[in-house]
Amino acid sequence: MQHNEPDRNNNAGQEARRDFLKQSTLLTALSLTPSVVVQAAEKHLDEKAAAYFEQVTLKLTINGKPYTLSVEPRVTLLDLLRERLNLTGTKKGCDYGQCGACTVHIDGRRTLSCLTFAVMHEGQAVTTIEGLAEAGPQGKLHPVQEAFIRHDGFQCGYCTPGQIMSAIGCLREDRANSPDEIREYMSGNICRCGAYNNIVDAIAEVKKGGQKV
Amino acid sequence: MSRVDGRLKVTGGATYAADNQLTGLVYGVLVTSTIAKGRIKAIDTQAARKAPGVLEIITYQNAPKVPGYEAKPTGQTRVDGQEFRVFYNDEILFNNQPVALVLADTFERANHAASLVTVQYAQAPHQTALRPNLTKGTKPKRADDYLRGQANAYTTAPVRVEQEYTTPINVHNPMEPHAATAVWQDANNVTVYNKTQAVRIAQQDIMKAFNLKEENVRVHSPFVGGAFGSSSRVWPQEMAAILGAKKVGRPVKVVLRRDQVFNMVGYRPESIQKVGIGASPDGKLVGITHEAYGLTSSYEQFAERIVDPSKSLYSCPNLNTTYKLVPLDLSTPCWTRGPGESSGSFALESAMDELAYALGMDPIALRLANFAENDPENQHPWTSNQLRACYERGATQFNWARRTPAPGSMRDGDWLVGLGMSAGIYKAGRSPATARATLLADGSLLVQSATADVGPGTYTIMTQIAADVMSMDPAHVRFELGDSALPPAPGQFGSHTTTSVGSAVYDVCLSLRQKVLELASGQAITTRDGYVELLRQKGMPQLSVTKESKSGSEEKTHSGKSFCANFVEVWVHPVTGQVRVVKVVSALDVGKVINAKTARSQVLGSVVWGLGMALMEEGQIDHRFGRYVNKDLADYHLPVFADVPDIDVILIDQPDTILDPIGAKGIGEIGMIGFAAAVANAVYHATGKRIRNLPITPDKLMA
Repeated sequence: MQHNEPDRNNNAGQEARRDFLKQSTLLTALSLTPSVVVQAAEKHLDEKAAAYFEQVTLKLTINGKPYTLSVEPRVTLLDLLRERLNLTGTKKGCDYGQCGACTVHIDGRRTLSCLTFAVMHEGQAVTTIEGLAEAGPQGKLHPVQEAFIRHDGFQCGYCTPGQIMSAIGCLREDRANSPDEIREYMSGNICRCGAYNNIVDAIAEVKKGGQKV
Repeated sequence: MSRVDGRLKVTGGATYAADNQLTGLVYGVLVTSTIAKGRIKAIDTQAARKAPGVLEIITYQNAPKVPGYEAKPTGQTRVDGQEFRVFYNDEILFNNQPVALVLADTFERANHAASLVTVQYAQAPHQTALRPNLTKGTKPKRADDYLRGQANAYTTAPVRVEQEYTTPINVHNPMEPHAATAVWQDANNVTVYNKTQAVRIAQQDIMKAFNLKEENVRVHSPFVGGAFGSSSRVWPQEMAAILGAKKVGRPVKVVLRRDQVFNMVGYRPESIQKVGIGASPDGKLVGITHEAYGLTSSYEQFAERIVDPSKSLYSCPNLNTTYKLVPLDLSTPCWTRGPGESSGSFALESAMDELAYALGMDPIALRLANFAENDPENQHPWTSNQLRACYERGATQFNWARRTPAPGSMRDGDWLVGLGMSAGIYKAGRSPATARATLLADGSLLVQSATADVGPGTYTIMTQIAADVMSMDPAHVRFELGDSALPPAPGQFGSHTTTSVGSAVYDVCLSLRQKVLELASGQAITTRDGYVELLRQKGMPQLSVTKESKSGSEEKTHSGKSFCANFVEVWVHPVTGQVRVVKVVSALDVGKVINAKTARSQVLGSVVWGLGMALMEEGQIDHRFGRYVNKDLADYHLPVFADVPDIDVILIDQPDTILDPIGAKGIGEIGMIGFAAAVANAVYHATGKRIRNLPITPDKLMA
């Protein structure tokens, strides 16, 4: 099944004139773009032209579902997930890759979604916190999710999606062989509530249990 | 018992303030001032207005009027003075002050357009440094000097310590940046989804600002991504979202960037403190003098309880305290975990350690010699006090006996080993709170109160209390909070949610149980089917009771406090000055523990905060510009996984039979009180260097 972004009341851009086509970058645009588009801009049809340039077609798989999207190149993966696809489980904590709250998996590897543009991930598979458990309110949780609940690996819960995605990464990278190693390889994920030791216990338990993550 | 909201939190299903994606949502991005004091000469929004997707730009020149901003300060507000008024006039009162709100149809477009707004300022000289301005310090209206016995009696004692201690600005930095989404249903009805520890306070603040009735303002905050005091009043992001939504007639979301969290939504103010302590050679305290300076904004007096621990922790016949606030060109500070007590106890408990060395006495023995049998501030008996048990069990668990007192006398390889301890005291009390308990037709119980759960586990604890009273399976109890339309509760601060709201839940469930008993003609019902059957027989769709709970005469006759003893082992590298905390034992008297799992987590959190305060946290302002230089999570250092050692939490778990019907005293802050001093005392024991200026960074130890 093909998924597209939720319908959003998006009425802007109709009156706006996109500067880069009218002004200084026109020459660059000339060299790179089909002449029909440039002509359109010169004939003050530049809103449509701007839309052509502003929106890039992007195919992604998110939590196992294929998406075909049209996004601006400047949209971060984090903002795409949260603000356009309503996948708000992934959190913005700092916007500079300093806190880890936005950690997702791209092709299975933990990645800071605030530090990467969505368009850089054409054809790749993104997994977010929403994609870990089996569907439904009683669906089976991922072993790391279960361990976080059991060990109280959170308080306010805001950094938790990032912690869990990072914890799974830590386990997959085989960097969870001792509490010290877990601490080192989880240090990119800040928890201001201070649930660190409980998270270490949760990860160590999953490691010990040998479940597939 | 694990948290009842655990599944929501581990699946991304918990909805925080910025997660409300309403239809037709408009994104608001704040433009903030780049000077600390002066006036706006001109704001040029032309380029921004032409940018794609921009719907409106709000400045003081076109902001919708806020009627409450015209009202004279009543003196009734929780912080004395004139609250900061968003987009009110051309005056700049602090750096990073919101000067414009750019509203656009996507976040990227709003963000880009915000970068196109240019502001010209007429700059005025600013003052943002505390020490050069101490002479401007005045006694805050709401904090009185205190004296018992003779003032400065410590100077007459044979053994004495007199030192200055300082603590820097600490910034709460909850992981969730402050955010609000607002929508006006019509000209008189507004709904706000925000990050708040107190939906009722936010509601009242918004009602006052816009001259609206209670039924016109609805505040939702079911999940809060950490707050630590920083979300206990309405801040610019709420006002901006409300004003923006009014202007464009659509829902508006405003999320602060991390750098905007610095100097806009409160912080722990810097302090400069002098403590003098004198004792007789046997260690009996003769006198304590505690003088503190704090800072506040130019428009409000935010007063802390910085000298409070000194008044009550030890039996001491002579004690005097003073507290002065210096107004500076900064935003108003606000309550920060252990607000005042954390900074004040650093000074007191460092001085006690210095006194122990001056006396040649063990630090625990010194504290036991001055154990207060009653609260020395008012001679009232304690509601309960297990501080002796904290010392004893903490020392045993920590193996304090291995400590050789001489500084620098313990080593492990290259590392200098230090063992330090401290004590903590924090107010325990309750505020009026109301809860509603409703037995539903399916035999389950719904309990509601307008409290918050910023992380301590309130959803879970209230569920447990209700289930316990009703003899129900907690799985059949649901607790709702974070909605201003629910029965009123105090904000979640001051470590009094369990004592206040927990008591209300307890009392209302007792009443409901009694009602059920009456309906069932005296037959106790203990099963869900039994409840279903009773309601069916009586033809009732549900059975609901609402009840307010508050303290009684015990508030006037007794003194309620929580207590703790902190034990810390540090390793200090003699060359690099690196401090590693390798072991912590926290022993606490918090009354009855309702949930051992979440209670322990609260203490872990306090210890991590204490580590941050002791070793790394410092909001650094470049006073030439009156502007933070370390306004992100890489440069504002706070503890990460690798900084945190094994932490043993010992909860004495003796119910307080006087304070409230459930026996709890409060746990959110006590574990942090005195903690930074325990680290400093351990560092002294390791190195012989007494660091009196937090944080204890390697440069101070290398010097």
